[in-house]
Amino acid sequence: MVKMEDYAGGTPAWCPGCGNFAILVALRRALVDLDLEPYRVLMVSDIGQAGKLPHYTRGNVLNVLHGRTLPAAIGAKIANPELTVIGVAGDGGSYGEGGNHFLHALRYNHDITHLVHNNQVYALTRGQTSPTSDPGYVTRTTPQGAPTPINPITLAIIGGASWVGRGFAGDINHLVQLITRGIQHKGFALVDILQPCPTFNRKNTFAWYRERVYKLEEDETYDPTDKMMAFSKAVEWGDRIPIGVIYQAERPTFGDYLFPSGAEPLVKQKLDPFSIAPLLEEFV
Amino acid sequence: MMVDFDFMVGGEAGQGVQSISQVLGKTFTRGGYHVFADQDYESRIRGGHSFSKIRVKNEPVLAVAEPVHMLIALNKETVDLHRAELVSQGAIVYDSERVTFAVQDPLFYGVPLERLAVERGGNKIMMNSVALGAAIGLVNYDFNLLAQVLTEQFAGRGTVAENNVEAARGGYQYVREYYSKYGMEIKVMGSSRRMLLTGNDAIALGALAAGCKFMAGYPMTPSTPILEYLAGKAGDFGLAVVQPEDEISVINMVIGAAFAGARAMTATSGGGFCLMVEGLGLAGMTETPIVVVEGQRPGPAIGLPTRMEQGDLEFVIHASHGEFPRAVLAPATVEDAFYLTTKAFNLAEKYQTPVIILNDHYLATCYSTVDKFDLSRVNIERGDILSEEEVAKQGEYKRHQITESGISPRALPLTKGALVVTDADEHDEEGHLIESAEIRTQMVLKRQRKEKGIKQEIGQPWLYGPRRAETTLVGWGSTYGPLREAVDILRKEGQDVNLLHLNELWPFPSETVSEVLDGAKRSFVVENNATGQLAHLLRAETGKKITGKILKFDGRPFSPMHIVGELKKEVS
Repeated sequence: MVKMEDYAGGTPAWCPGCGNFAILVALRRALVDLDLEPYRVLMVSDIGQAGKLPHYTRGNVLNVLHGRTLPAAIGAKIANPELTVIGVAGDGGSYGEGGNHFLHALRYNHDITHLVHNNQVYALTRGQTSPTSDPGYVTRTTPQGAPTPINPITLAIIGGASWVGRGFAGDINHLVQLITRGIQHKGFALVDILQPCPTFNRKNTFAWYRERVYKLEEDETYDPTDKMMAFSKAVEWGDRIPIGVIYQAERPTFGDYLFPSGAEPLVKQKLDPFSIAPLLEEFV
Repeated sequence: MMVDFDFMVGGEAGQGVQSISQVLGKTFTRGGYHVFADQDYESRIRGGHSFSKIRVKNEPVLAVAEPVHMLIALNKETVDLHRAELVSQGAIVYDSERVTFAVQDPLFYGVPLERLAVERGGNKIMMNSVALGAAIGLVNYDFNLLAQVLTEQFAGRGTVAENNVEAARGGYQYVREYYSKYGMEIKVMGSSRRMLLTGNDAIALGALAAGCKFMAGYPMTPSTPILEYLAGKAGDFGLAVVQPEDEISVINMVIGAAFAGARAMTATSGGGFCLMVEGLGLAGMTETPIVVVEGQRPGPAIGLPTRMEQGDLEFVIHASHGEFPRAVLAPATVEDAFYLTTKAFNLAEKYQTPVIILNDHYLATCYSTVDKFDLSRVNIERGDILSEEEVAKQGEYKRHQITESGISPRALPLTKGALVVTDADEHDEEGHLIESAEIRTQMVLKRQRKEKGIKQEIGQPWLYGPRRAETTLVGWGSTYGPLREAVDILRKEGQDVNLLHLNELWPFPSETVSEVLDGAKRSFVVENNATGQLAHLLRAETGKKITGKILKFDGRPFSPMHIVGELKKEVS
């Protein structure tokens, strides 16, 4: 039986009151609830305070370059599908620097879970705008105010994602459920997590969010498999912000396509130079 | 019997120049000959001008020569462009019923290619087979070998094979009837089971032999065929081949797959490699083994996509910010490309660092006759990978454990008892991010120590000719064939010349290079770039100054005679 202590890690280098603390606890609780031992988990992260999360818990960790969490996670998952692969990144790495990777990951449906610490600002580099900053958000690089933001939820649904959820660092119990379901989902699961940054984002604070978020699970009529319904929730932002599983569907994963008969993981296969002897004949 | 015969095929893109070239090459390889063929084509799908030279020799050959003995012209433009290259007893095969010339040339051997294609094959699309038959017929070679190759090429396509053979027979019979005066003959030498393949083929086969299990690639000339070949074999050979959205994704996927424990590679050209450069550093920092094939073409930017240059040597050796060990191998021949690729995977895994195979368009696309690769020479050396039992014996596993060699024992993720942690930031032995000056220094030195080990495994440069000579030519990578033949030509003329050729370039084999250069009165670096990058590297690594440089940067490869001519200019 896996326990919380199995996932105990170092002291985070985060500011007091940072939304990341809640995400760290929620992830650890989810992994314990799923009875996953740390050695079975691979966390892939990139740059920023979000990217440090894996170091504050336990598991296999591949920390990469800014924006490159998804391709590295995908490469690892393809090489060894038996790993539970979890991407951990910020909104900058996921939707800006790594935007192209995000767009195409939606198409392939790799069986990985991607947690986005969405604080709408580049905090580690001291407060520049991010792809999800609210319009008009003033920073040193956007004195004129930020433009229209990326809406990762609508993008994900339109782009073909098979599971889209939004969480809030101010509701840890809800977040645990969400992350657990994302990991359990067979396919690409995007968990966009509203994460207040007390140091740099003076607009989208815990209080600001608490006035606006509401849980989709509390609406019995909500059907996350209905794409049009999901889209109408995805465009909701401002006075009301829905959290929970926004969209979900079952479809084959990229692994199903690559390894149709449940072949042995690439990393376990025998390497034999003589296996190519018939190929040499083809060039004669 | 001495045979040294150059065919040339020319036409528009889309007319089948490359496939004629390959079939012709195979036909002569089957009869015991050595073949070397190069490709010259434009960056387009239809139109323009493409041509290929196919050299047939009774002994090993690694370069094309300048004179053309037979020109197979699929359009009029080909004749206009290449007429001057024909030898005095040469032959020009063309469709005499569809192309007319103002003046009848004594070298014309017109054949009604299209008419025969329709009459004998049933479709004008088979005019290339007619041309092949005519070419074989003119030199009175064994038609059955051509029939065999055509049959295999169209295997599984019903009557297409026999129709093409019949069309070829039409061309063969036509020239035997009307042109028995031609005179130059190529008789079957023997029977051989040699392969005819390109540098790209050799690299792809080397990757499969080495147990590559993950390949990600983004299409880019000249390396696309490697991606496509491996994708075609993925099902049978248990590998995953992925074409992601861009080259940045490519390199990071390769790193992810390698981190998880699969032998992983990619293949690109200079522009794609540029996008992968940050990733290269990530592999160096996280000590992840990756193999990157960089098929050079003229730059900068888009340059000449379908042509040849050796312009990325210094770039690749120094690529990425910061400092970390790497190996750079630049195959000299198609055969070398196979074995060096297998070596690349071993070096990458043993030393847990990136290895770059520096190819170029010429080697990637030229066809060369090679003895079947000796698979018993291919060893799989994965370095220090820990099993579950070995992990259990140690204390807590540390991915970046400091050792004397600089190589840390490598546990793969999902090994019970080990947690594999690494970071793009500077890190401690456990793999966690640090700021400490002391640990930083230790980690830099640790990674640096690996380079000493790699240096010991780097092969010595090839020496062709006597160990000491008055004039030493120095080359690297794919110029080996033309350089070697240039040395032969010069030595026959009584010149005291030898060749020092580098195919394993980094870490730089300074000792051998210094020693050989010390034995020469004069030395000339011969390379396909404008700034003399090997010359510069050589000076930096050995302190030696060479006498001169023979450079070519028009997008075309060296020929032996061109090197001979340039050297004579330098020396006089």
